[in-house]
Amino acid sequence: MDYREIITYCHANNITLGQYALQSEVKRGDSTAEKIKTRFAEMLDVMKQSTSSAANKPLISVSKISGGNAYKYHQYQQNGDSLLGELAANAVTKALSTAETNAAMGKIVACPTAGSSGIVPAAILACGEYFNLKQDQLIDALMAASLIGKLIAESATISGAEGGCQAETGAAAAMAAAAVCQLRAGSPEVCFYAAAIAIKNSLGLVCDPVGGYVEIPCVKRNAAGVTNALIAADMALAGIISYIPFDETVTAMSNIGKMLPSALKETSGGGLAATKTAAALSGKIFN
Amino acid sequence: MESLSLFDITGPIMIGPSSSHTAGAVRLGKIAANLVGGTIKEAKIHLHGSFAATYRGHGTDKALLAGILGFNPSDEQIKDSPAIAQKRGLHYSIITADLGDVHPNSVKFDITLTNGQHHSVTGSSLGGGRIIITSIDDMEMNFTGDKPIIIAHYHDTPGIIATISTLLYEREINIGNMQVRRCREDQTAYLYMETDSLCDQLLEQQISSINGMYYARIINPFDHD
Ligand code: SF4
Repeated sequence: MDYREIITYCHANNITLGQYALQSEVKRGDSTAEKIKTRFAEMLDVMKQSTSSAANKPLISVSKISGGNAYKYHQYQQNGDSLLGELAANAVTKALSTAETNAAMGKIVACPTAGSSGIVPAAILACGEYFNLKQDQLIDALMAASLIGKLIAESATISGAEGGCQAETGAAAAMAAAAVCQLRAGSPEVCFYAAAIAIKNSLGLVCDPVGGYVEIPCVKRNAAGVTNALIAADMALAGIISYIPFDETVTAMSNIGKMLPSALKETSGGGLAATKTAAALSGKIFN
Repeated sequence: MESLSLFDITGPIMIGPSSSHTAGAVRLGKIAANLVGGTIKEAKIHLHGSFAATYRGHGTDKALLAGILGFNPSDEQIKDSPAIAQKRGLHYSIITADLGDVHPNSVKFDITLTNGQHHSVTGSSLGGGRIIITSIDDMEMNFTGDKPIIIAHYHDTPGIIATISTLLYEREINIGNMQVRRCREDQTAYLYMETDSLCDQLLEQQISSINGMYYARIINPFDHD
């Protein structure tokens, strides 16, 4: 469906993007509204765990080439040293924590993928804590995020192997940006502007994981992704519009993904994965 | 344009780090164990391609083993599977291998049961946690594990497949995909069938009690979300 029709429908029926997402999921006929919400609530619970597990104690990845950074950042943030405000610094901690939990064989929710799983939970839960929001609002925001991801996946891709990292952490940032706007009572139109801005800010980002592991640079790109989402949401909420409409930013992302050589699409043949240090690190991986 | 579910975007709940190298690997192990049935004494796990190259850092070995032990992709005990296998007396080995012209994320399980039977199962992880079983005991197949599977081993006599089809027809269950392997020497046959909707336990009993049936099993899909 054209995203403009979704906006019109939401306005006409006075519902949020999240509520629209729920209605359209019910229409698929696989499940009831109640069951769908319960599933989202379960996923939100796992997200609450993953956003804190690596922040409270240092967690090292299975490959042992990375880890401990969520804890480090959390300490720094709690000392009041962060350059970012409280909300954004908390979001960075949370994004790092989920990404490190993933790399350490912990439990996460793919959103939209495992590699980019830190961005959406960090944005939604950091806002939830800062503004003291209710569980229902957080679930509604998670459904709004999922709707944005669905629109991107339907007309482009959310796989790093197909579209580069712009398709994974870029899509996640767009999802998170829309979710945050909704939490701040932005209209569906504003949510789509935020999503478009977040996509524009990550166009061209390549997928170049060192050694093929979802760690370097993936963990830090989750932190970058959530700050991108917050900036995009902030601009949209301030009334700034995206000159390029949402659907066209998605098309641009898809086209760029196709133009990227395969060395920059999860094969670890280029980018950071092809650096001297990457080769040394990959050689170090033993059980 | 394909219409996706919200759950194709958010979810599954899984153990990291990789939906193809970890979550998919658990599913491969679990379905292999279900396909061979019985209690497993030993598993030789042959890893091919990207599985062979990156299994340590992705925990693919632990994930495959956890699957064989019966864990689901969202179980936090996956990383402890080697110790759990040892406790349960299951011997396993990880072998890097060239399985030929197959998907880069492929694995072959050589499984010995406590009753001495030997089976092999080969499959691939296709990304996003989706898998495919490409052969059982060297018989080629194409099962995704997303649909229920019926396995039957029986004395090769006419009418058995018809009887099974009738039982399915009575329940309005469609057959998606079916393969039969016949063994001339001992006149037995193996049947593998994929159905479109869930099968009940009574169906398993009814198929098991067909004349000439040695055993029948139904494997319903598990924990894909
Ligand atoms: S670099 Fe590749 S593997 Fe890492 S998060 Fe980005 S898309 Fe995923």
